[in-house]
Amino acid sequence: MAGQVQTMVDVRRERKDLGVWGRLTTPPGRGQDSPLKRALIHLVMIIATIIVVFPVIRVFSTSLRPGQNVLNPTLAIIPEGATLDAYWRVLTEYDLLNWLFNSLMVTVGTATLGLIIAATSAYGFSRYKFRGRGGGLTFLFATQLIPGIMLLVPIFIIYVQIGLVNSYQGLVFAYSVTAVPFSIWILKGYYDTIPYDLEEAAKIDGCTEFQAFYRVLLPLSLPALAIVFLLNFLAAWGEYFMARVLIGGREELLTWPLGVQRFQAQFQTQWADLSAASIIISIPIVLLFVYISKYLVSGLTLGGIKG
Amino acid sequence: MNELIDAFDFQQAYTALSEVVASLFWIVLAIAAMEAVLYLLLMARQYDTRSSSIAIAIPLVVVALFLLFNNELTVDLLLQVIVILAVMAALLASIYWFIVRKRKDSKRLALTTMLLAPAVVGIAILYVYPLYYEFSLSFTKMNIRNFVDPGLFFGLTMEGTPLAPWGAEKDIFIGVQNYIDVFTGPVLKQTGFWQLLAQTLIWTVVCIFFHVTLGIGLALMLNRKLRGRTIYRALLILPWAIPVFISLQIWRTEYNFQFGAVNQVIGLFGIPPQQWLSDPYMNFLAMIITNIWLGVPFMMVITLGGLQSISQEYYEAAEIDGASGRHQFFGITLPLLRPVLVPAVLLGVFLTFNNINVPYFINQNELETSEILVSALYRAAFNFSRFGFAAAFAFVIFGILLAFTLWYVRQTKILKGSYES
Repeated sequence: MAGQVQTMVDVRRERKDLGVWGRLTTPPGRGQDSPLKRALIHLVMIIATIIVVFPVIRVFSTSLRPGQNVLNPTLAIIPEGATLDAYWRVLTEYDLLNWLFNSLMVTVGTATLGLIIAATSAYGFSRYKFRGRGGGLTFLFATQLIPGIMLLVPIFIIYVQIGLVNSYQGLVFAYSVTAVPFSIWILKGYYDTIPYDLEEAAKIDGCTEFQAFYRVLLPLSLPALAIVFLLNFLAAWGEYFMARVLIGGREELLTWPLGVQRFQAQFQTQWADLSAASIIISIPIVLLFVYISKYLVSGLTLGGIKG
Repeated sequence: MNELIDAFDFQQAYTALSEVVASLFWIVLAIAAMEAVLYLLLMARQYDTRSSSIAIAIPLVVVALFLLFNNELTVDLLLQVIVILAVMAALLASIYWFIVRKRKDSKRLALTTMLLAPAVVGIAILYVYPLYYEFSLSFTKMNIRNFVDPGLFFGLTMEGTPLAPWGAEKDIFIGVQNYIDVFTGPVLKQTGFWQLLAQTLIWTVVCIFFHVTLGIGLALMLNRKLRGRTIYRALLILPWAIPVFISLQIWRTEYNFQFGAVNQVIGLFGIPPQQWLSDPYMNFLAMIITNIWLGVPFMMVITLGGLQSISQEYYEAAEIDGASGRHQFFGITLPLLRPVLVPAVLLGVFLTFNNINVPYFINQNELETSEILVSALYRAAFNFSRFGFAAAFAFVIFGILLAFTLWYVRQTKILKGSYES
């Protein structure tokens, strides 16, 4: 303890002798950055943050503009005559609430169902050795190479034949299953990092095989489960092409991407309305993302490290 | 407030809600029925009457419910149900055959089978069968005028079933003509395969390069002791959090020649305004800029996770040995990041190569120079309705990506660890 204090004093005395430039470029201690380097990092960070946040602020400022098509080239954040009219207009004059409601139901339903299917299957892949296991994993991996549109062509034609086009049944099924392969990979990787001894101990205490899974392993995998749910949720929430091909023909089933597309489909884009709708749609999902993001780092990477 | 309630159409919401609930209900019920059969087959060895009767009853109830709720009960429908049940039974039997039989610890394997069954059946219906169907389709000249079901045997059945009321040829089998057309004829109105391939390669390489370098750079800075680190991180993952559809609408607006922000910002640096949406080169550049903006956070978060798992001791040892920052980065950081970065780069390649969103939404004037392979595939299938041709084209695209992946996996051996548990 005393030695440490001594070195601190030493360092401080040394720094006084360094002169201005020396003080700026010498790190104050091991593993720390010199003041100049820290300032540079802050500068880069601030520039990057501005680039990232700038479009978002622009949308916000556009949504505050009065009127629709009177756009003047300006970079001001709060425009002249700022008004919240666009938000009110979007919520009351369009079917935005219905679109959001539809999207929310479909997304929550499919993300949950996909998570349940993936969580159980990943357990099978992680804990048991069986014939065809390697082949199965390879196939699941290979599904990630398939362009979404490649599957959409035959699915569309098959759905036309069995009459599933323009109904949620086909879309819900498609969303749930397309989420499964990637989820299995992430979850399997995460399960692999959890020692099997824990489940053995639970089984000695009288749990059955399946109880050991959902009482011991599932609670421990919460970060990975949260991440998989979030990614599936995000994927289905903003999905456009499959929804357009499979349910685009029915007014009352439209999800928000199909609905919002209409703001631009007319002769002149309803700029303020489009921006206001974007803000309304993005806020809840961004909050959810930021809330879960503390899991992001551990949940996504742990599975990969082993490989 | 009343206006808000008026704007929400409850009738419509009720229709949608009931459809979602019904479809989820059917899927869950089907899974339950399947699990019940499996339980009967594999777990209930002693055949006690109660569990067996429940296991038999559930599938019967499911079928009965299905028939009850489908008011147009026809022979066709019954046949379909029987076929579906038969296919499911065959699948389950094959799982049983391959996995459980002949094994000593068959009780554990029975549980495995029950755990895997929903995923296997779902993937069989939504991946395997459509791929097989698509493969058959790629040998036919199916399009909107010849909207004919090619039949199941790789399109070799000469008699197709017309699916549309208008006059259609029944014989649509044309062999490998589609595959020849992909390489020789135009894929879009003028653009051919090779140009699209070149555009896709440039697109993928440039985007991945910037994703990785910027992602690693930002992650390295975020990993240092820095005031306000959490705020920076929360803001920097914004592009990932905002729905892609929204951010692409935003970017497209900002590329507008007259009042988009991009031209105004480059104007501050004295660069003349550019035609981002109609000039071919500028549009391609706009696509790349947008995709870099979208993709960096993913790489950054993955790298950050990798960095945090590197023990600080390595750096302390290196510092005592007098290694410079550059040496530490290339000697410690990069090698230890490798297990995280190698799969992430592969995933990034998939996401970029198959990224249809950016080319589709940024490319406002439908410039063919801004299409990549997958967006051209969408146009071929759903704008020009050349389904047979699109199927062949899809397999060519898939083949390119598969070849690259096999090479990459062999070079880096990333999948090895995943097969051991």
